Amino acid sequence: MHVRAVDIVKTFTASSSRPALDGVSLDVKSGELMGLLGPSGSGKTTLLRIIAGLDIPDSGSIFFGGEDASQKSVQERRVGFVFQNYALFKHLTIADNIAFGLEVRSRELRPPKAEIRRRALELLDLVQLTGLEKRRPAQLSGGQRQRVALARALAVEPRVLLLDEPFGALDAKVRRDLRGWLREIHQRTGHTTTFVTHDQDEALELSDRVAVLNGGRIEQVGTPDEIYDQPATPFVNGFIGEATPIEAHIEAGYVYIGAHQLRIESKAGTSGKGRLFVRPQDIVIGDSQPDSLQAQIVAVRRNGATRRAEIEIPAHAGRVEIETHSSVSVRAGDSVPIQFVRGTFFLDGEGAPA
Amino acid sequence: MSLVSQRNSILPGFGLTLGYTLLYLGAIVLLPLAALVLRASSLGLSGIWQIAMEPRTFAALRTSFSLALAAAGINVVFGGIVAWVLSRYEFPGRRLLDAAVDLPFALPTAVAGIALAAIYAPNGWIGVWLAPLGWKIAYTPLGIVVALVFIGLPFIVRTVQPVIAELNLDLEEASATLGATRYQTLSRVILPTLTPALLTGFALAFARGVGEYGSVIFVAGNLPYVSEIAPLLIIVKLEEFNYAGATAIATVMLGASFFILLAINLIQAWSRRRLGYV
Repeated sequence: MHVRAVDIVKTFTASSSRPALDGVSLDVKSGELMGLLGPSGSGKTTLLRIIAGLDIPDSGSIFFGGEDASQKSVQERRVGFVFQNYALFKHLTIADNIAFGLEVRSRELRPPKAEIRRRALELLDLVQLTGLEKRRPAQLSGGQRQRVALARALAVEPRVLLLDEPFGALDAKVRRDLRGWLREIHQRTGHTTTFVTHDQDEALELSDRVAVLNGGRIEQVGTPDEIYDQPATPFVNGFIGEATPIEAHIEAGYVYIGAHQLRIESKAGTSGKGRLFVRPQDIVIGDSQPDSLQAQIVAVRRNGATRRAEIEIPAHAGRVEIETHSSVSVRAGDSVPIQFVRGTFFLDGEGAPA
Repeated sequence: MSLVSQRNSILPGFGLTLGYTLLYLGAIVLLPLAALVLRASSLGLSGIWQIAMEPRTFAALRTSFSLALAAAGINVVFGGIVAWVLSRYEFPGRRLLDAAVDLPFALPTAVAGIALAAIYAPNGWIGVWLAPLGWKIAYTPLGIVVALVFIGLPFIVRTVQPVIAELNLDLEEASATLGATRYQTLSRVILPTLTPALLTGFALAFARGVGEYGSVIFVAGNLPYVSEIAPLLIIVKLEEFNYAGATAIATVMLGASFFILLAINLIQAWSRRRLGYV
């Protein structure tokens, strides 16, 4: 089911000036796995809750397919919502938890008892918890509860599956396992899915597309590659991955640091001052070439298969962190030639990439 | 729980505090009860049974237990609602209302009894309006129920309140996203979760109601066979120097209290097993 949010504005009366969502529009294509990524307070959870009908927007509409769902109640929207803390019913067994959505249907829509039970057990298989149907939520681990919550949400055959920080409360190892598992379930069931996370690795690894939110606005929507390689705004550039902003300017379409011209072109082609965002992988240490800059290595750390070096370059006040392969020998105090292979330049006071 | 670990703890003194605990529990709680049981044992079970089955005694016991049951039942509903409102909503005066729930705890029971009698008597503030309708509250069993509802309210509210406060809003929202109506959410999610606490509160209010004396005697009218409660009858027997009779009634009430205590503990054990918390 194709889900659209159009011009959603939401202000919580308690919070002072800024709206939690400030005119947000989002398209989630049918069958797509969409990640909502942003720092806390960016409005991502509010957007998810508005799609579900748990919060009412001040203005704007929600469409499920061609149908305007804005006026529909939570119950009528038929969404599968997985809560951050799972919100399992503690007084019910696992099987009864999963069957809940079917049990509460009106008599004419409710499947027969045996069919409900069969469906519950089937979903239990799907989430790989076969044999636990008689347990109660208190007897399960966090990861298992998470899977029960998902099975319960899937039981009602939701038109869209919404997950709020699905792995937020779990430890790192379980998180990684569940990520792959969720991806697999999504491929198998094909539900249109939107999930909220503040973990960029999670968003980039799991999503077909990612929407990056900041301060109640969507900064960029794109595939993980687009988000990572072509960040649309300085915020996205700073938020995704590591990036160091370096003061620079452009002239005739080329980026300059101080008087030094880099090989990086700027699409805008105008001139002006701004900042060049570079990631640790964007700077390489190499042979001296005409466009090389001379940098001073200040500190070196080993980081798994790679080395991290902090360097100082002329015409830039702070340090810049770069990554090199561990076979490249660098020592603190060395002066080495470096080249900028990539980087994203933003003119000062502009959101669009230059 | 070895003694060594006790000695290593930051606040030592296990031996001393346990000694005090046993001493106080023994001297203040267990000794008088033991004396009562000892005294009653001279009557024998059949003797107690005979006294309890005397028409007037039986009527008093029945009055005490049935009205306490009714009052506790009423309190489960209305105390439950009070607890819900106090823990779920923010409104001006909420703290004041919250504090007022404890009044029945703090008020001397005699004061409560006189106040209730004054209001519900046929010439009282409320009684004067009910009298023409043929409703009589004060000096009838109904008056006893009113007094017991008053006395029992905080037991329910204070038992249920923390559980409601812990009840995550998520649960209701989850229920709604799964398609449950408000009524279904209430009956299938909220009430089952609150049931252990409601039962515990019910048992506490019931136990308190059975033994309540001070507030009841002022509004009850104390008519033998009609509105005479068991604790009052104990006093009556004592004033008649009928120690055996008083002891027999006391023993029956003691037995009932034990039973209620047991029930509360069973409910809590069951709830721990079922929900993973009390």
